[in-house]
Amino acid sequence: MKQLLSGNEAIALGAYHAGVAVAAAYPGTPSTEILENLARYEGIYVEWSTNEKVALEVAMGAAYGGVRAMASMKHVGLNVAADAFFGVAVTGINGGLVVVSADDPGMHSSQGEQDNRRFAPFAKVPMLEPADSEDAYKLMEWAYIMSETFDTPVLLRSTTRISHCKSIVDVNKERRASSSQPAFKHSPAKYVMIPANARVRRLAMEERMGKLAAYVEHFPLNEITWGSRKVGVISSGIAYQYAREVFEDASFLKLVTTYPVPAELIKSFAREVEKVVVIEELDPYLEEQVKLLGIDAWGKNFIPSYGELNPDIVEAGAVKAGLIPSREKQSSKPVSPPLPPRPPLLCAGCPHRAAEYTLRRLGFRSPDEKRVPNQAGTGGIVITGDIGCYTLGVMPPLNALDTTACMGASIGQALGLKRAGIEEKIAAVIGDSTFMHSGITGLVDMVYNQTGVTVVILDNGTTAMTGHQGNPASGISARGEKVVSVDLESLVRGAGVKNVSVLNAFDLTALKSTIKAAVESGEPSVVIVRGDCPLNKRVAAKPLAVNKELCNACHICLTVGCPAISVSDEGDIVISDLCVGSACTICAQVCPRKAIGETAG
Amino acid sequence: MKNVSVLMVGVGGQGVILASDILAEVAMASGYDVKKSDSIGMAQRGGSVASNVRFGEKVFSPLIGTGEVDYLIGFEELESARWSPYLKQNGIAIVADVVLVPLTISEKAPHPEWERTKAILGEYTKKVYLVPASEIGAEIGNTRALNVVLLGFISHFLDIKQETWRETIKEKIPPLYVQSSIRAFKRGALSAAKMISTVKEAKK
Repeated sequence: MKQLLSGNEAIALGAYHAGVAVAAAYPGTPSTEILENLARYEGIYVEWSTNEKVALEVAMGAAYGGVRAMASMKHVGLNVAADAFFGVAVTGINGGLVVVSADDPGMHSSQGEQDNRRFAPFAKVPMLEPADSEDAYKLMEWAYIMSETFDTPVLLRSTTRISHCKSIVDVNKERRASSSQPAFKHSPAKYVMIPANARVRRLAMEERMGKLAAYVEHFPLNEITWGSRKVGVISSGIAYQYAREVFEDASFLKLVTTYPVPAELIKSFAREVEKVVVIEELDPYLEEQVKLLGIDAWGKNFIPSYGELNPDIVEAGAVKAGLIPSREKQSSKPVSPPLPPRPPLLCAGCPHRAAEYTLRRLGFRSPDEKRVPNQAGTGGIVITGDIGCYTLGVMPPLNALDTTACMGASIGQALGLKRAGIEEKIAAVIGDSTFMHSGITGLVDMVYNQTGVTVVILDNGTTAMTGHQGNPASGISARGEKVVSVDLESLVRGAGVKNVSVLNAFDLTALKSTIKAAVESGEPSVVIVRGDCPLNKRVAAKPLAVNKELCNACHICLTVGCPAISVSDEGDIVISDLCVGSACTICAQVCPRKAIGETAG
Repeated sequence: MKNVSVLMVGVGGQGVILASDILAEVAMASGYDVKKSDSIGMAQRGGSVASNVRFGEKVFSPLIGTGEVDYLIGFEELESARWSPYLKQNGIAIVADVVLVPLTISEKAPHPEWERTKAILGEYTKKVYLVPASEIGAEIGNTRALNVVLLGFISHFLDIKQETWRETIKEKIPPLYVQSSIRAFKRGALSAAKMISTVKEAKK
């Protein structure tokens, strides 16, 4: 039956039909929907894990236990899971194990761009790359066959445009009945990697890569399409689709086995064409593989090695390189004068707003700071940030953050800044899910080394940025069921933090006094700021209103950066129906004339 | 048949993704190859949304290049202007009369009035249709049905059976809203028919 599926839906359905029994993940764009879709199927265990490393360890354990397992994550998630990934590459598996890495070229929703194809040769793990949803669906079964045949985890590498693009899939299978019962075969030589055992496994890895190199020569989804022999394009993933669009009459070698690559197939293809061209997104990964075979190939000399590709970029490069003629089309002159952008903002009613508003207004002062009316400046405080919706607080007018690098880093960075001896006060800002993911270890470091910084945990009861998945602190499972929740306050107290407060996210006065006291104490301290995400728990609300008699258009309410508040053409402050009303009231709390209330009168 | 490229643009929360899902499904049900790709970034938080739908005999790239859009469907005026360089020469721009002023307006980048938006679109195509979506929404008593009104409008231009549209809308829209959505769809199609016959009359 033909179905229109996104790459992530196809990966999930393919895994389900391949008989996957255990699937674990941590949410991260563009990978999140893989596990969300698997959670719709019965007869399979799914979980949101604490982080990607745990997810991969859970999947690894399940594979040791003889069943088919998978772990899915975004590109930077595999950095977190790298230790486990390299570990299971050494031990191999029992039941099949597939690790899905969904990369984000162009950084639609990521802090960095990296080409995770590098992980395959790095860890000596075979890799498959789908070029559309149909490939993704079919490749899951192949991935498990390869995993079990060669005793290895398999890396399935997707990208945003594969994971989130919908295309037609011929769904022609049903769920494969499990061929093996769960069973752990005791084998310390295989599973206990003391150096003596690891040295033996190291040889097994070499042997398996040799066998895989022969195996991929006849892999049915690697595909040659003959056209003109003047140009032969070698490509994989979404770049293949752009290449097909741009090079209308070239010959094509589409690769889905991109580690190891089918060397003989590539050589024989190259012999048949006058010029070999590699079209790929991000690193010159395939180009290097092709060149290692002694083939003279073009690639990154005309295709950028950063950012997301699209047909325009591939076409412009190919025209410039003289590979295709330029064609007449509508000029792509930009709109002028520039149009106002529409950047993402913290939502109206966001529980992060008041805390982030407060942090720059605690009354501290940097020695060199100049005051700007209605602007908080740096507020004499360095605020280390983390990954989540609250990262948007970096935008004006909140300007709330000074750093954001990777999951959990806010705490470690704060500790380091303190130990560097800077003059300003220091606070770390981290969300509940990110704290669970990798903030806990930083917090334990703070206690152990008694470094006096303040950690503000913004607990909105969900993993909001990726679309409201449960996490250990929210106590909602991957199937949306209410389960045990980890108590944040007990956790931080149990770790040895003595100065702990829990606050209502919408109480500006309490936020200011409590965070200020915690920062001034100079002790290791934690402030938990609690308030529901308005998109997660929607409540019917009556927007607040402005009393025109009282309002003098001082615009202080605009400094909270709420998308529900704007200035009309007549200069009046207007509150739109995005406002969540009495559930928030931050603007009313900052208004010096008390002009904002539940009614305009 | 040459591939048809439709770009639907708007603001997070306007129903752009559901509309492009429905269009992609009707194209598949009509026997075409189809690909669809959304640029949503962090759009739930009020950002720009653009959804590419391409269908025809065989579609490779899910993304439409600049100057390659056959139909630009704007759910909001400013967003229509923003994406206008993607229009093919003489591509068709279908724009709902919806204005959502972003918070980032400044003297350098003021919010364009409709006349200015129309002029921007006019740089790329002569075929611009302003859909009275607010009026239609009020008339059918469902302002949330903007996406189906616009689907109705574009249906006038596409060779897809009415029945296929109806069946897909039934499948994709919650039962409670199916009746009003089908009314909205028909009203959108009618609006297109009227507007185009007026244009033809004027030409005579």
